[in-house]
Amino acid sequence: MSKTKATKSTNPYGKVGDILNELDDRLGVAKGRSLLDKVFPDHWSFMLGEIALYSFIVLLLTGIFLTLYYIPSSSLVTYHGSYLPLVGQKISEAYASSVNLSFAVRGGLLMRQMHHWACDIFVGAIIVHMARVFFTGAFRKPRELNWTIGTTLLVLAIAEGFLGYSLPDDLVSGTGIRIAYSIILSIPVVGTYVAFFLFGGNFPGTTIIPRFFIIHVLIIPLILLGLVGAHLYLLVRQKHTQFPGKGRTENNVVGTPMYPVFMAKTTGFLLVVGGAIALLGAFAQINPIWQFGFYDAARISYAVQPDFYMGFLDGALRIMPAWEFSGFGHTIPLEVTLPSVVFPGIVFTLVYMWPGIERKYTKDNELHNLLDRPSLRPKRTAAGASVFALMAILFIGSSTDVIANFFHMSLNTVLWLMRILTIVVPLITYPVTYRICKEMQGFAGAGKRKTTNVVVRTADGEYVATPAPVYVDDAHHELDALPVPTFVVESDEVAPSVAEGAPTGVRRAER
Amino acid sequence: MSEHEQRTPVAISGLSVDDPHLQPAARRPELVERVITILFVVGIILCVGFGVAYVQNWAPWTLGATMGGGLSFLGIGLIAWGKYLMPRGPFVEERHSLASSEEERTAFAAAVVERGGAVVKRRKVLGGLLGTGLGVFGVVAAFPLVRSLGPMPKGTLFHTDWAKGTYLVDITGRRVNVSDLAIGSIVTVFPEGMQDTDNGQAVDQTVLIRLSNSDFTTMKGRETWGPQGYVAYSKLCTHLGCPVGLYEQELELLVCPCHQSMFNVLNGAMPTFGPAPRPLPQLPLMVDAMGYLQSQSDFKEPVGPGFWERRS
Repeated sequence: MSKTKATKSTNPYGKVGDILNELDDRLGVAKGRSLLDKVFPDHWSFMLGEIALYSFIVLLLTGIFLTLYYIPSSSLVTYHGSYLPLVGQKISEAYASSVNLSFAVRGGLLMRQMHHWACDIFVGAIIVHMARVFFTGAFRKPRELNWTIGTTLLVLAIAEGFLGYSLPDDLVSGTGIRIAYSIILSIPVVGTYVAFFLFGGNFPGTTIIPRFFIIHVLIIPLILLGLVGAHLYLLVRQKHTQFPGKGRTENNVVGTPMYPVFMAKTTGFLLVVGGAIALLGAFAQINPIWQFGFYDAARISYAVQPDFYMGFLDGALRIMPAWEFSGFGHTIPLEVTLPSVVFPGIVFTLVYMWPGIERKYTKDNELHNLLDRPSLRPKRTAAGASVFALMAILFIGSSTDVIANFFHMSLNTVLWLMRILTIVVPLITYPVTYRICKEMQGFAGAGKRKTTNVVVRTADGEYVATPAPVYVDDAHHELDALPVPTFVVESDEVAPSVAEGAPTGVRRAER
Repeated sequence: MSEHEQRTPVAISGLSVDDPHLQPAARRPELVERVITILFVVGIILCVGFGVAYVQNWAPWTLGATMGGGLSFLGIGLIAWGKYLMPRGPFVEERHSLASSEEERTAFAAAVVERGGAVVKRRKVLGGLLGTGLGVFGVVAAFPLVRSLGPMPKGTLFHTDWAKGTYLVDITGRRVNVSDLAIGSIVTVFPEGMQDTDNGQAVDQTVLIRLSNSDFTTMKGRETWGPQGYVAYSKLCTHLGCPVGLYEQELELLVCPCHQSMFNVLNGAMPTFGPAPRPLPQLPLMVDAMGYLQSQSDFKEPVGPGFWERRS
C-alpha cells in the first residue's frame, strides 16, 4: 500500500482527497470504488423493493419513538388523561399508554399513525415487489436464495404487523389475539401446548403484552434487519437483473451508476416515501384505538376488519363450512385448521418451493440475468395470477357481513357467492390469463408506448400516414450504452497541476 | 480550485450539452435549476414549518402536513436533480461470473473433504461423541427454554368456574333475580366473584336470556335447565372463541360478530349458519329460595373452540 503522507496542496482533490487517502491507508476504501460505479438498471418496477426498504426505515424510526412512551403491561390503572370518555375507567397500562402517546405526547399521534401506515405500505410493497420478481422470472438461478429470503421477510413482516397491531390492547386487537389463540389451539396434537407456552397459559393471561412487545420490538426486527442486509448484499453481489433490450445481454448491466445518479434518485425517493407516509399519517386516520375502547374478553365490536394482509385468513375462516372432525377420543377443528393453518401453510410452501418446482419442470439449469416478459411465460404468469385471484377473493370474503349490509343482500347469499367465487375465479383466471399471454405474444412491441400516426391530406386529396417519432424516453432506451466513466487517469493524460511521478491522490491504471 | 470546477461539467468525459445521453431537459439547465430551487425552498420552508408547528403545539395534522410536505418537496427536488441534471446514460457494466474456475473449485472441495473430513474420519468415535454431546445439550437446553414458557394445559380447557350453586352476577357483581329480565332480554353473566378476573371474563362469560315465563326446555334431557324461561349459554363461540355478542331477538338467534356463526337459542343453541361446528354449551340453571339464579353445575362439555384433546 502507498505510504502517502497527507501534506497540504499535494492532493488535487483537496481536503476530501486527503481524508479519503487517510481512510484508504487504514481501510483500503479506494477499492470500494467499484461500488460507486455500480450500474443499476432503470425500470419503474425495480422501485417497488425500494418502497419496502424505505417504509421499513420509517417503521424503525417511528417505532423507536413509540417504544419511548408505550408501557408493555396489562396491569390495570385508572385513566386520568385528556381523553374524556375514558377518564376514571380501569384500563390496562398498555392501552392507557397507547392513548396517552396519541393525545398527550406532542407528535405522538402522528408517529403512531405513520407507524401503522408504514406497516401497511411495507407489507403491501413486499407483496407487489414479489409479484414483480415472480412474473418476470427474477427468482431463477442464481437468485433462488434471495427469493427464499424475500419470502421469509414477507412472513416475518405479516407476523410483526399482527404483533404490533395487538400491542395497544384495544378491543379490536384483543379480539384478534383471541382468534389467533384459537387458531393455534386448533393444531392437532400439539396445539394446546403451543398455545399455552406461547401465551403463558390459558387466554388471555397477563404475559401476552410484555411477551408480544419484546418479540415485536427486538426479536423480529433483529431478524428482519439481518435478512434485509442479506437481501441487499446478495443483490449487490449478484447484480440486478434487467429487461432485455438494446445492448443488454446476460453478461452486462445497463443503467445508471450508483454514484451520484442512482444515489440522488434513491435518496430522493426515500424522502418521498417518508413524506407520503407522513402525509397519510396526517390526513388519513388509521386504527383510532380510543374509539374502540379497551379490551375486555366479554365484549366485542361489529364489522371490524384486520389489517389488509390478514384479510385472506379471515375470509378463509368465514367461508369454510363447519367441518369439525371428532373421533378416536380426539377433536380436529377442521373448520379452523384447514383455512388458517393448512391453507396458508400450503401457499407459503408453494411460494418457497416455486423456483425449485419451475426448474424441475422446465429442466432449465442456466443462469438468468435477463428478465422474462410475463406474456412469454404464459404458464407461470397464469399460475401466479390464479393464486393472486384466490387471495383477492378471500380478502373480499373477509367482509361478508359488510357486503351483505351494504348491498342489502342476505348473509347466506353473500356467503355462498364467496364460496363459489373462491373455487371458480382461480379456475377461470388460469385459462384466461394464459390466453391473454398467448395473444400478447403475437403483438410486436406489446407493452411499449404506441406512437401516433400523423395523417396528412395532400393538396391532391391523397392521405398520407406518417408515424410520429418515438417518445423521447423510449428513444433513450435505444441509445448505445456508454461504459461507466472511471475517472482513472489514462496513462497518456496528466492529472491537472500534478507533475508525472509525484505522489498524488490520483491512481494510475492501464486500461 | 478553478481546475476542479472546470472538471465538473465533464463529469462524463466526451458528453456535451446536446448529447442524447442527457435528458432533453438538461439542454436548458437554467430552467431545471430554477424549478429544483423552488422545490428545495418550499421543502425548507415546510421543514421550518414543522418545527414551528411543534413548538406552537398546533393540531397533529399540521405536524404531519409540514413534515410530509417538506420531505416530499426535498425528495422530488433531489430526484429531479438526479434525473435531469446528471448524466443518465445508459451506462453499461460488465457482469462477471461469480462461479470460480475449475481449479479453484477442486482445491476448495479437496480442502473441505480431505483436510477437514479426513480428520473426522480418522477419529470416528471422537466425532460421534462430540455429536452426541451437542445433541444431548440441544435437547436438554430446549426443556428450560420451552417448558418454562407456560403451564401445561392439563384440564384447564375442560373446566370453568361455574359449579353447583354458583350465583349468576352481571358485570357489576350484582346477583340476577328471576324478576330482573323481561321476556326477550339478554344479559352477560359471570360466576359470582369472577366478574372482574381475566378468567371470568375470558372463559366463564355466559349469556342469560329470558325466553318465556314458564320453564323452558331447549333439548331432551335438559328439562330442568331453564327455570321460569331463563336459559344460559356459554358466550364463547365454538368457532374461534369470540364473544357471541349479538342477539337477534325476533329470530331467537345468537350471532357471533367475528365470522357470523348463528345459534338458535330455542333448541340448545344449535348452529344454524356460519362456520361454528357445535352448539354453545348450555349452563343448567336453578333458582334459590329468594328467586336468585344459580348454576346447577359446571358446563357439561368444554366451552369455546375445538382442540385436539377434546372428546366427543
